[in-house]
Amino acid sequence: MLNALADPMLPAPFRVLKVNRETGDTFTLTLAPAAGEPGFRFAPGQFNMLYVFGVGEIPISISGDPDQPETLVHTVRAVGAVSRAICGLKRGETLGVRGPFGVPWPVTKAPGWDVLVIAGGLGLAPVRPAVYHLLARRPQFGNLELIYGARTPEDLVFRQELMHWRGRFDFRVHVTVDTAKGDWRGNVGVVPNLISRARFDSEHTMALICGPGVMMRFTVQELLNRGVKMENIYVSLERNMKCGLGLCGHCQLGPVFVCKDGPVFSYDRVRDWFLLREV
Amino acid sequence: MPPTFANLGDEAVLDIQGLRQLLEVLGNEGYRVLGPTLRHGSLVYDHLPSIDALPRGWGDEQQGGFFRLRPLQEPRFFGYGVGQQSWKQFLYPPRRRLWQARLQPDGLQILPVDEDAPKFAFIGVRACDLQAIAVQDRVFLEGPFIDPHYRARREQAFILAVNCGHACGTGFCASMGAGPKAASGFDLALTEILEGDRHYFVAAVGTERGRQVVSQIPHRKAEAAEQEAAARTTAQAAREMGRTLDTGDIKALLYRNYENPQWDRVAARCLTCGNCTLVCPTCFCHTVEDSSGLTGEQAERRRRWDVCFTVDYSYLHGGSVRATPRSRYRQWLTHKLATWIDQFGVSGCVGCGRCITWCPVAIDITEEVRAIRESEESGVRGQGLVTKQKTENDKRE
Repeated sequence: MLNALADPMLPAPFRVLKVNRETGDTFTLTLAPAAGEPGFRFAPGQFNMLYVFGVGEIPISISGDPDQPETLVHTVRAVGAVSRAICGLKRGETLGVRGPFGVPWPVTKAPGWDVLVIAGGLGLAPVRPAVYHLLARRPQFGNLELIYGARTPEDLVFRQELMHWRGRFDFRVHVTVDTAKGDWRGNVGVVPNLISRARFDSEHTMALICGPGVMMRFTVQELLNRGVKMENIYVSLERNMKCGLGLCGHCQLGPVFVCKDGPVFSYDRVRDWFLLREV
Repeated sequence: MPPTFANLGDEAVLDIQGLRQLLEVLGNEGYRVLGPTLRHGSLVYDHLPSIDALPRGWGDEQQGGFFRLRPLQEPRFFGYGVGQQSWKQFLYPPRRRLWQARLQPDGLQILPVDEDAPKFAFIGVRACDLQAIAVQDRVFLEGPFIDPHYRARREQAFILAVNCGHACGTGFCASMGAGPKAASGFDLALTEILEGDRHYFVAAVGTERGRQVVSQIPHRKAEAAEQEAAARTTAQAAREMGRTLDTGDIKALLYRNYENPQWDRVAARCLTCGNCTLVCPTCFCHTVEDSSGLTGEQAERRRRWDVCFTVDYSYLHGGSVRATPRSRYRQWLTHKLATWIDQFGVSGCVGCGRCITWCPVAIDITEEVRAIRESEESGVRGQGLVTKQKTENDKRE
């Protein structure tokens, strides 16, 4: 007889406490275990496998505050069958959670360093726990900057929080959109173009990047041009995943499994495969 | 009880009656005895009620895209090589229910599948498949997460290996360091010997469990001449082997050749059917399928073998990572022979030759590697990782 606890494929039921609409198709869900031990501990950058009854299971990064483990927070964009079902959940309903999985952002190595957090689109969700972690320990770090871009002003997630962060004197926040109507008074342009505005000592700078592939490629190139070392640039990668355990094979990128060796990688480790097509 | 001498590492001699009793002992000890047998004119692994179910007197002929059973002149029990099936179907079943779920008034409830793992005895495991089991052990038992169902089946399995007396038509196990002689990973390993009217088995004892089984059947210590006959048998298989795969520096070779034009040539032939992955004894990829009952109150998740040749396999919102057959064949071969080494410390190929035999268009993994190697030697090397690095560095400087 198998010990049920030993089977990492078994989801645990979590209850939806709150649903916030971020944009037209993106929702933030606050969850708590439906039974058993309360709370959920994780490290910034880790992800869970979220299961909706009878529909399916997908990997979703944790977007909440690691210092507030009482609840589990996920931000999901409705793009497929499962993500649509997750976004359709109502307060009080339950879903299955397996995790946390994966290698986190190297925030514990960051004290004494300048840190650039760079996100595109929903890529802000996986880096938000790192931002929480860094801001909660702000005096430990050098300069701290966030560069965030979305397609349009309507696609910006965590708007209130961005405004709040921008009000701080110890955190520089740059926001840009690819395209906007005339009523947008902010920056228009792609994320890599904003890197020239960031202030950092390239020798002692750590960059945490999450976003679409093309955005990450150009961002990395820009950082390398500015002298940031390859091993200090961290990217969070995305692949098809069925297990989260390193067993199903789907998330391979060359020699690495994104689920267990990542999703956060130092750029020097994945560069060769990152630059190839269809690997 | 017959007198027993056999110790670990010893070689015993059994006759046909001994083999018959060996299977009986395993059955009496509660094992589900599985081995090669003929079904609908095909060589499969299935329940063996006795040695009479073995394909005695049958051999095989294998080429790229070709498998035929042939009657032998000799009444051998193990005169054929490996068929399309491997033991992975028992240790890692093609389809398995992972759990069931119920929707209760207070929410979702997950119900684990309570399974008493079957206790298998595998009869006639060839050296290539022994190595394949060792490779899958690394995948399922040595990572940060393990598959507890695999472990439960694996720990109980009794393995009776059989050393090959002739080479499979498509095998290259010697190149991969896997065969034709079973080196380790067995409880017992038999070499079948037919000399004139003498028909006997030399049994190497690999484990305490194997020793206990042998101790219950009539046997005697192998004489030097019998041990030599066994050694000659496997040496003959090694000599016969028609295929080789040069594994020298193979990881670096394939890492250098991600953009070799040979991938386009093989993709023009590859049907992306995935037969190679299904017959491969080490391929471990799987997917999960969720379904719900008609009333909407029950659901379940099943796991099934998956194939890296499908477009779906690498699907992410917006499209598939590996959209072209070229990239999918490259993924399969490069994973098997190169990235596998980085992932698990061993090659993912054991040289069994199944992917060659069962490929409907006879694509030959050994030929593909050779073509890449030769293209490099003739200076036609396409862009791969190292060359790419160079160009980038050049640009930067």
